[in-house]
Amino acid sequence: MSAPEAGRLAVGEIVAERELHVTRDTLVRYAGASGDFNPIHYRDDVAAAVGLPGVLAHGMLTMGAAVQPVVDWLRAADPSATVADYQVRFTRPVVVDPELGATVRIVAKVGALDESGARIDLAVTVDGAAVLGKAQVRVPLPA
Amino acid sequence: MVNPELAGRTYPPTAPYLVGRETVRAFARAVQSTDPLSLDVDAARAAGYADVVAPPTFPIVIQQTTLEQLLADEDAGVDFARVVHGDQRFTFSRPIVAGDELVGTMTVTSVKTLGGNAMVTSESVITDLDGAHVVTATSALVVRGDA
Repeated sequence: MSAPEAGRLAVGEIVAERELHVTRDTLVRYAGASGDFNPIHYRDDVAAAVGLPGVLAHGMLTMGAAVQPVVDWLRAADPSATVADYQVRFTRPVVVDPELGATVRIVAKVGALDESGARIDLAVTVDGAAVLGKAQVRVPLPA
Repeated sequence: MVNPELAGRTYPPTAPYLVGRETVRAFARAVQSTDPLSLDVDAARAAGYADVVAPPTFPIVIQQTTLEQLLADEDAGVDFARVVHGDQRFTFSRPIVAGDELVGTMTVTSVKTLGGNAMVTSESVITDLDGAHVVTATSALVVRGDA
């Protein structure tokens, strides 16, 4: 894993990879911390009643967890640097099995480089299928 | 049904939200962060911040208070049970730090109908009590029509 310095980065280079295991406990913790208590994120009966395939992870939990490997990578070069811009499209829900949970795989690659910094593109998948689209993080780079 | 005349409507600023240190830590743990700046006050201060630094998606907590205004507005016609999150974006002037007092002001930027569904895009501008910009949170919500 390379440090985030513009001169050493190349478009397409992988800067961070992580696998996260999400369980129902993870969802309850996120509900409490964020204040998002929509019951489709913890009640099977409510999820079924509105036609969902099961209890879903909060989209904002997936978005929030997916950027953390980039934050850690950024810290390695500049402890004070922070994300300038972060956007995603929610393309597929993450169904969280009560026993097995779900495994979210994150691969962060350099999407573009310019004078102001780098665009890091995230590939976020569950069982090989993308759950976020157009997931892009703008980060500054040390001069 | 979503009111097509909603586009351009701006809601009043929300009551100030005081960002707590333990709230930031709890949020950071909930998104499986291991960032010392979000968890350790000394690490945050060593990096030049007054207190722990909130993870990049923390502004959703303040944006939610602005979106609640939209959901509570009967004239807007947005039924929460039919809402699916489409897109989300955060654009920062600076990170949120524990101790900040923040106010959110939301404007509905567009309403588009696609088949029986409506796509409502909103922009919540989050500032400190001096009015300085901290972060803008943009959401696209898909409101499903009658099945």
